Amino acid sequence: MALLKSKKAKSANYISGKESRRISKENRKTTDQIEKQRNRRNVPRDEYITQMKDQNNVVEFDDLHTYFFTDIGTVKAVDGVSFNIPQGKTVGVVGESGCGKSVTSLSLMQLVQRPQGQIVSGSIRFNTGDEVYDIAKTPTSEMQKLRGNMVSMIFQEPMTSLNPVFRIGVQVDEVIQLHNKQMSKDEVKVRSIEMLELVGIANSEGVYRMYPHELSGGMRQRVMIAMGLACNPKLIIADEPTTALDVTIQAQILELLRNLKDKINSSIMLITHDLGVIAEMADFVVVMYAGRIVERGTADEIFKNPSHPYTIGLMNSKPAVGKKVDRLYSIPGKVPNPIDMPNYCYFYDRCEKRMDVCKTAYPNEIYLTPTHAVSCYLYHEMKGALENGR
Amino acid sequence: MADKKLMDQSSDDILLEVKNLKKYFPIKAGVLSKQKGEVKAVDDISFKIKRGTTMGLVGESGCGKTTVGRTILRLIDKTDGDVFFHGEDIFGMDNKQLRDLRTKMQIIFQDPYSSLSPRLPVGEIIGEAVKEHNLVPKNQYEDYLDEVMIACGLQPYHKDRYPHEFSGGQRQRICIARSLAVNPEFIVCDEPVSALDVSIQAQIINLLKDLQEERNLTYLFISHDLSVVEHISDTVGVMYLGSMVEYGKTEDIFKKPLHPYTQALLSAVPTPDPDVKMDRIILEGSIPSPANPPSGCKFHTRCNHVMDICKTVVPEMREIEEGHFVRCHLYY
Repeated sequence: MALLKSKKAKSANYISGKESRRISKENRKTTDQIEKQRNRRNVPRDEYITQMKDQNNVVEFDDLHTYFFTDIGTVKAVDGVSFNIPQGKTVGVVGESGCGKSVTSLSLMQLVQRPQGQIVSGSIRFNTGDEVYDIAKTPTSEMQKLRGNMVSMIFQEPMTSLNPVFRIGVQVDEVIQLHNKQMSKDEVKVRSIEMLELVGIANSEGVYRMYPHELSGGMRQRVMIAMGLACNPKLIIADEPTTALDVTIQAQILELLRNLKDKINSSIMLITHDLGVIAEMADFVVVMYAGRIVERGTADEIFKNPSHPYTIGLMNSKPAVGKKVDRLYSIPGKVPNPIDMPNYCYFYDRCEKRMDVCKTAYPNEIYLTPTHAVSCYLYHEMKGALENGR
Repeated sequence: MADKKLMDQSSDDILLEVKNLKKYFPIKAGVLSKQKGEVKAVDDISFKIKRGTTMGLVGESGCGKTTVGRTILRLIDKTDGDVFFHGEDIFGMDNKQLRDLRTKMQIIFQDPYSSLSPRLPVGEIIGEAVKEHNLVPKNQYEDYLDEVMIACGLQPYHKDRYPHEFSGGQRQRICIARSLAVNPEFIVCDEPVSALDVSIQAQIINLLKDLQEERNLTYLFISHDLSVVEHISDTVGVMYLGSMVEYGKTEDIFKKPLHPYTQALLSAVPTPDPDVKMDRIILEGSIPSPANPPSGCKFHTRCNHVMDICKTVVPEMREIEEGHFVRCHLYY
């Protein structure tokens, strides 16, 4: 029995050489086609300039699909994600590793590893104030003007995201110089030091001349934030900005981000797996699982009335200070294999409330309130009953 | 025999006692590697752990938590102080005695990706120490291995696979099985869940708790995640820059933190409830360099209750309530 099981388990990820060659040939055909479309010269502006659905949003993700074409099959890292980031608000994206939260943000920055990673369909509308870009179609040359200027990103590891061979000053200067060509060197330096002061670095002139290794983790993250904010972006993407830091430093950095957001009036897309951080920072929450959004709503709605079984499980599995439980809840099983996902609800195999209908097709989004949407059949029935009752 | 002696004293309630433990690392520089100074990674730490309980050790990175764990196991040598396991001085043992001791004390490392040999199949990883110490007769070896693996939530057919075929959570289970296979009494868990996803964390924590109940294990649980430590520990020690600043029962520490550092640490933990907007004590700056620690109380540079005496006089560890120790001038 055990032997049989082991053979079966092995075959799950195994494909023959012939099959693998066929897949990679097909992949190359698909990606070449997309790349060719991308690399055209002088793309007409009306191809990527569009209109927002709601002018108050900075970003609108509309049915975004980002796939990775690998030699053992297509990984649908982001599979139909739609949500908005309103002006001046913080949107938190939560989920376990591998659920596609980082790929969503990288798609917005056009930093997905090409050619194997591609945005295959959907659009990301980005509002710069004067014009609206569809990032999925914007050519690289135009994107360079937005990246770092209008959208900027703070990465998880301040250790590895600063260049160890350049002084802090040079690295902050570079961002400012690149997007403000008219500024003189001295002006740029003044601005850099101003930025370092803004993020709470006391010895800003000294730090300007230091190398990254001379700074602690919290200080490096502050430098990263200074670089991110240098051009007053409309949107800051913070990809697990505090995961690598200690709790006391985390508290400092979160406080800083909150204050700065109000100061320069921008929005934050906060990606994290820590529900505590989300509760503290976010106005809206998006819960992702296996490349799709399972639940989204305001922070109050998600934390007071978590509706999707996955969200509930996620919340119960984290111990909270001051709340004593005998045994932690743990979601059974593990995330499904990203290649050939099932055609029914992805959470079916781990769900405790599964029903027969869950095995039919992926559930549509149901709105519990105008802002609170959940993809689960549990609420399809409830909603149906409600409507029938009326 | 040392092993026999260890067994005789098993009725003793205190399993591990650490007395004034110090570990300094030399800083060497120059062509001749002359010693220039020292990093006081662990500076005068004392605590006791009762059999069958868990002691949590918390603190920021660089405060010496891991060094404490490793010195207790004699993976690195001490500078000063004593560690008694079952009343036996660990640092007074010879190699033979130490070898027997290894089956009684084990460690689980933080990163399950780098702590498993990629070249050995899982069965071998788990069983290596069992074979080495001849813990079970040869004909029962395979059955014993199966038993250990099942206890840790692994399937016996996983034995022939290699670590790269497993996910992070599964790997951590392998690490736990490896340390459990020699049937230890005491395990140092050095941030065993920090590298894992939230839902997997819960599985591993539950597993550790179940195993503790089944086998009456004693843990030293090192972590920077306060919520996890509160969940799993019976007693908690808070470390700052190589020293223990507060030590006591988990409820005491979390309900009524006395040391300003513990208070700040607790208030810094984000709570998953958007309504709770507590008055956060934000510590300024970061942890000072342990090579050149501040004079007097080491925490005085960041403390918001700082007094003149803190800058010059090192506070002593004092018992404020029963079993609740704190090292702070505020409580003199």
